[in-house]
Amino acid sequence: MRRAPHARRAACAVAVALAATACGGGDGGGSDTGAVLSASWGDPQNPLEPANTNEVQGGKVLDMIFRGLKRYDPRTGEAKDMVAERIETSDSQNFRVTIKDGWTFSNGEKVTARSFVDAWNYGASLKNNQRNSYFFGYIEGYDKVHPEEGGTQTADTLSGLKVVDDRTFTVRLTQKFSTFPDTLGYNAFAPLPRAFFDDHDAWVKKPVGNGPYVVDSYTRGSQMALRTREDYPGPDKAQNGGVDLKVYTDNNTAYTDLMAGNLDLADDIPAAQLKNVRNDLGDRYLNTPAGIIQTLAFPHYDRNWSTAGAEKVRKGLSMAIDREQITDTIFQRTRTPATDWTSPVLGEDGGFQEGLCGEACEYRPDEAKRLIEEGGGLPGGKVTITFNADTGSHREWVNAVCNSINNALDNERACTANPVGTFADFRNQITDRKMSGPFRAGWQMDYPLIQNFLQPLYYTDASSNDGKWSNEEFDDLVDRANRETDDARAVDLFQQAEEVVRDHMAAIPLWYQNGSAGWSERLSDVRLNPFSVPVYDQIKVS
Amino acid sequence: MGRYVVRRLLQMIPVFVGATLLIFLMVNVMGDPVAGLCGERQCDPATAARLKKEFGLDKPVWQQYLTYMGNVFTGDFGTAFNGQEVTELMSTAFPVTIRLTLIAIAFEVVVGITLGVVTGLRRGRPVDTGVLLVTLVVISVPTFVTGLLLQLLLGVKWGWIRPSVSSEAPFDELILPGLVLASVSLAYVTRLTRTSIAENRRSDYVRTAVAKGLPRHRVVVRHLLRNSLIPVVTFIGADIGFLMGGAIVTERIFNIHGVGYQLYQGILRQNTQTVVGFVTVLVLVFLVANLVVDLLYAVLDPRIRYA
Repeated sequence: MRRAPHARRAACAVAVALAATACGGGDGGGSDTGAVLSASWGDPQNPLEPANTNEVQGGKVLDMIFRGLKRYDPRTGEAKDMVAERIETSDSQNFRVTIKDGWTFSNGEKVTARSFVDAWNYGASLKNNQRNSYFFGYIEGYDKVHPEEGGTQTADTLSGLKVVDDRTFTVRLTQKFSTFPDTLGYNAFAPLPRAFFDDHDAWVKKPVGNGPYVVDSYTRGSQMALRTREDYPGPDKAQNGGVDLKVYTDNNTAYTDLMAGNLDLADDIPAAQLKNVRNDLGDRYLNTPAGIIQTLAFPHYDRNWSTAGAEKVRKGLSMAIDREQITDTIFQRTRTPATDWTSPVLGEDGGFQEGLCGEACEYRPDEAKRLIEEGGGLPGGKVTITFNADTGSHREWVNAVCNSINNALDNERACTANPVGTFADFRNQITDRKMSGPFRAGWQMDYPLIQNFLQPLYYTDASSNDGKWSNEEFDDLVDRANRETDDARAVDLFQQAEEVVRDHMAAIPLWYQNGSAGWSERLSDVRLNPFSVPVYDQIKVS
Repeated sequence: MGRYVVRRLLQMIPVFVGATLLIFLMVNVMGDPVAGLCGERQCDPATAARLKKEFGLDKPVWQQYLTYMGNVFTGDFGTAFNGQEVTELMSTAFPVTIRLTLIAIAFEVVVGITLGVVTGLRRGRPVDTGVLLVTLVVISVPTFVTGLLLQLLLGVKWGWIRPSVSSEAPFDELILPGLVLASVSLAYVTRLTRTSIAENRRSDYVRTAVAKGLPRHRVVVRHLLRNSLIPVVTFIGADIGFLMGGAIVTERIFNIHGVGYQLYQGILRQNTQTVVGFVTVLVLVFLVANLVVDLLYAVLDPRIRYA
């Protein structure tokens, strides 16, 4: 199968030589719904269980083999009903979920209310070590099945989940959370078949889901072959015959393979190739915003950063960073200077507000200098930006940010970079509150909601509030937004909360990250969803 | 000879224990591996604690080391973070890397020794100077440059080969990566053979063999080469370990899922079990290769023995 490109090229050469006819290479040929495409992949870090997958590579597969209650529209990011027929609530705290009739897993088992309730109970239970269990934290009884460190687990199932009948179950939350139904498109909430619980080892070796693809074969660490499910009951049947996900040791090799015609789709164009990619691929290259924002977080637990003037210093630092120039020269426009704390993928209605940050996110070296002096100067006369040096070429941009700050302040030693060897060690130091200055923070959204960009990051003691920022006004606004039943008004309240983040400059927004992909002439209709994952089922192969 | 072998075997024990302990300490110094498991967010403390307990990371390092060594002797190398047994990872990775190493060694032996003999016999001639120059270039250019360049030219520009190796990694797809992996050692083997041949050419036994009227190829192969090979064999033997462990760069370039790839992934994800497991096996390979070489050395040249 994989030799196909070569064979076709040879056939084309013959055809051209004989009759000078065009060969159905890229355009015009129409699509072949039986054809299989090959795509680059990375080895998933954790076993492939819905509630245990928190990185993009495993997420790709879950997205292909599972369909949840809701699904995020690949274009708009809007949460639309998929398996759910309706999700009703009268008080934003008790929800009644009715699922559609006719959904089945690829092994023939019916998708019932129990498929969801069992899966969620499994995901929440501490003894299953699921990395994403906190997603179930809003459901009543979570503290019993997932006690805080040191506590003993006193229940196996969430008391807030009740199966009513085959197609209905109810969810009771511990607090009002109006946008809860919109979070249900996340993979952690996927339903699971009985086979998962009966023979877990076998299931992990070859996962079975209810999505448009089935796993045909899976060789850990090298390849997963997915094929289109013929009896798929959903509305979004795959437009191709299947996808072969091939693990690459290096995205440069994937790009080389794409150039040589051995690979159809590479969804991570290496930074070194960004300069050539337009020449190499022309229209077959995509660079679109993803729900990822990079920021500089501050250790608000450190006395130096919690003084009365620290806000001005943070704002000054933000103004000293020339985002335009850095995204231009270092990232070749694959990142967009940030002007708020969310992401453009949310859209205006979803809460993205261009320019919310105002002049605090513009490059104003003179103002920056003045503000920092007013705020009492940099603690100890200098700042150090801490980052992990092992992945993501962070060193380059941290150096650039430092240069920019140094230039703005006319001080060669105002800012220095402090690399940490490994990501794990970096996380360690953050968790142990060892930071003494700004540090790299990145946030990839779990679901396209403004709530997800604010609450986990800035709410008091929230799971990803690495800087330990705490503000009553902010917390209060978030609480009110979560209680609000009307979506538009909830978004408005969240934006007010975001303004509090801005006024205190809790973290400096740097840029929004884009997703990129390049593909071969065989493919058309390639798109990236808001999570920067290719929408595999829509890709047409000719 | 018997006492020599026993002494060598006993010497291996402290080296093995020391090397594995060092790796263990180094990996542990890098920080808490569980901290990196949950992506950009903090792991929820209860799950983190459970994971640590499961992987035995909550115990002091010396205790972890003892448990680990105890398990290794029963063939249990632990479980990687993705739920796979490390032995399972090894069973897929080592065959690939062994194939790659075999090809590299074959290149060293066939091409390296042939070139060495040819240049050694024609010292100072244009062939000799040419090969010397080429080997100098090969030694001075880093492997990743050679690898990427050949991959681009042969794989993309001319389309002679596939730029990446498929997951089955059969012998024919590994030829180019094997050559790249072997390149530097190959250059050394050439130079080593050349010097050795040139030196022995003037020795008495060669002169005698020529005077006896033996055919030229017999003089070269049986008398000259055989005696000149001793240092070369030593070098190649020691190189086996280096090639297996040092394949990280080559395997990354050509997308080969072998030992280098697993080690790289293990280090990146700070997966203690994978890193320590693979390094333990590599240390064993190194030790055995060295032992065999030393024994061969003693067998080939009775003058060289432990006093």
